[in-house]
Amino acid sequence: MTHVSIKNLSKIYAGSARPSLDSVSLEIESGKITVLLGPSGCGKTTLMKLIAGLLNPSAGDVAFDGRSIMRDKPEHRNVVMVFQNNLLFPFMSVNDNVAFGLKMRKVPKIEIVARVAGMLELVQLPNLGHRNPADLSGGQQQRVALARALIVRPKVLLLDEPLSNLDAHLRLDMRDLIRDLQKKLGITTIFVTHDQEEAVVLADRMALIIDGKLRQFDRPDMFFNCPVDRTVAEFFGGQNFVQGKVVGTVFTSPFGQLTLSTGMVQGHCTMTIRPEAIRIGAGAANTLTAEVTDRIYLGTQTRLKFSVGSIVLESLQSPVSVQGIVKGQRIQINLPPQSLWFLP
Amino acid sequence: MNRDPFALRSFRVLTGIALIVWLVLPLIPLAIWSFAKGWRFPSLLPQEWTLQAWHYALSSTSGVLHSLLLTFWIALCATLLSILIGVPAGRALGLYRFRGKGLIELLIIAPIIVPGIAVALGIHGVFIALGLTNTVSGVILVHLIPTLPYMTLVMAGIFANFDPAFEQQARSLGASPIKVFWHITLPAILPGLIIGGLFAFLVSWSQYLLTLLIGGGRVVTLPLLLFNFASSGRNDITGAISMIYVLPGVIILLITAKHLSGRNVAVRGLGHP
Repeated sequence: MTHVSIKNLSKIYAGSARPSLDSVSLEIESGKITVLLGPSGCGKTTLMKLIAGLLNPSAGDVAFDGRSIMRDKPEHRNVVMVFQNNLLFPFMSVNDNVAFGLKMRKVPKIEIVARVAGMLELVQLPNLGHRNPADLSGGQQQRVALARALIVRPKVLLLDEPLSNLDAHLRLDMRDLIRDLQKKLGITTIFVTHDQEEAVVLADRMALIIDGKLRQFDRPDMFFNCPVDRTVAEFFGGQNFVQGKVVGTVFTSPFGQLTLSTGMVQGHCTMTIRPEAIRIGAGAANTLTAEVTDRIYLGTQTRLKFSVGSIVLESLQSPVSVQGIVKGQRIQINLPPQSLWFLP
Repeated sequence: MNRDPFALRSFRVLTGIALIVWLVLPLIPLAIWSFAKGWRFPSLLPQEWTLQAWHYALSSTSGVLHSLLLTFWIALCATLLSILIGVPAGRALGLYRFRGKGLIELLIIAPIIVPGIAVALGIHGVFIALGLTNTVSGVILVHLIPTLPYMTLVMAGIFANFDPAFEQQARSLGASPIKVFWHITLPAILPGLIIGGLFAFLVSWSQYLLTLLIGGGRVVTLPLLLFNFASSGRNDITGAISMIYVLPGVIILLITAKHLSGRNVAVRGLGHP
């Protein structure tokens, strides 16, 4: 159980003008999964390598339980990184791969054999120990890589997009396995991904990094309901942004006045509402008359576009609830006050 | 390319035969000479057979055994030094991009392109000043000129297919840099190291000009001794020494044939995805 404090960590690669990581600070809770989410090349992997000691930072500090580890060599940090392409050592059997970390720690052979067998059982690969890694499937290889990392009981486990090379159905199994193992073992885990769904499912806490900068660090649901700015909202599928002004608990906008649940902000701001939060029909408050401008069937959901005066709103509805609604129709919609969120 | 399996197989057999004929045929007369007592023109085989030449070649008076050991020692040292320099150099060339890489590659291949005598004459002057002429150490050093390019180029090829992320993975699992090299890097580059090393050994083993020039006739390696006997017209002794001289080449050919033809499993396995 290790608490990781990252303070103002920056990395500028030689010959690069823009920092790959720009003064990022994070408090990573002990025994939880923290997901670093962001588009490719945003600096997530750089942050991981800085924690693992595989890169040296340009500035900033990383501390485990209050003690800075910047001067510790990677092999003494007890931080294990699992890479995207599993990197199983091809000239070693599965057993030897899993045993590698224990061998480096000079654990007695008898103990190694027992622990390797136990660990392979834990990742649901018993009896495969004598195989060559190349003879295993992609999913099995990634589980061996996970076993190889977990067996040394690392202070911090770093998982760098471990699922992105797997087929869709394997990915879900593996994701659940990682979550179960993490809960069982209680290892502080940092998981890097560019996949939003993966992030939301796995994360106790989530950090969104874009262009080397930390944009928001929060519980997963907060990114949807309370994004800190428009970029974050857009990254999580937010589409409805309306300029206006809040006075008291009333938002005045081009399509009239809306009631807020509480007066959280005042003055000029941008109102946003999740596409799935817009309701069809009249409500207790904030009922608007809208024209349906488009209707797209997405399988489990239907996307409806409305125009309210000059403003376009997008909403996601269950297909059942929008039966009979056609393009060009004028209907009533309502924006529940508790679903409104305001951005500066 | 013709993919007909029969044509492919016959092509392989034919090239195999051609290679063996080309390599082995010239050695047959030498082998016969070494057992002959007089072998004059019209006869297809010597009139009389004898072990005299072999007896002489293996006796201490001929100096063959001494030369054999010396040649072996020089080739061994040149090989080890080539490995010591060629592995890091090959790593740099194979793995990293840096300014002036093209120039450095050219400089490394240069000894193969530039005529040896031109280089050797220049180096001779330097070695005289350093007192390295007529010494075994001088000969070992000068042998690095032709051995190092082979070693470096082979290692550059090996490292180009090596993913250094394996080393990072090993470090994060708790291995010190030395253990990383021993457990991860070395097994991955070993096939290349063996082939490069054997090449370097053979190149040093077959040096004549550089040894003569820097050794000044004091460092008598096997090729020098062989040339002495050949030019003095002793075909029987020349034949016997030749047989001894080609031995390491044949052994190395047999070893490398397995590696060269085969699958370089370790390195391919470590390749970039």
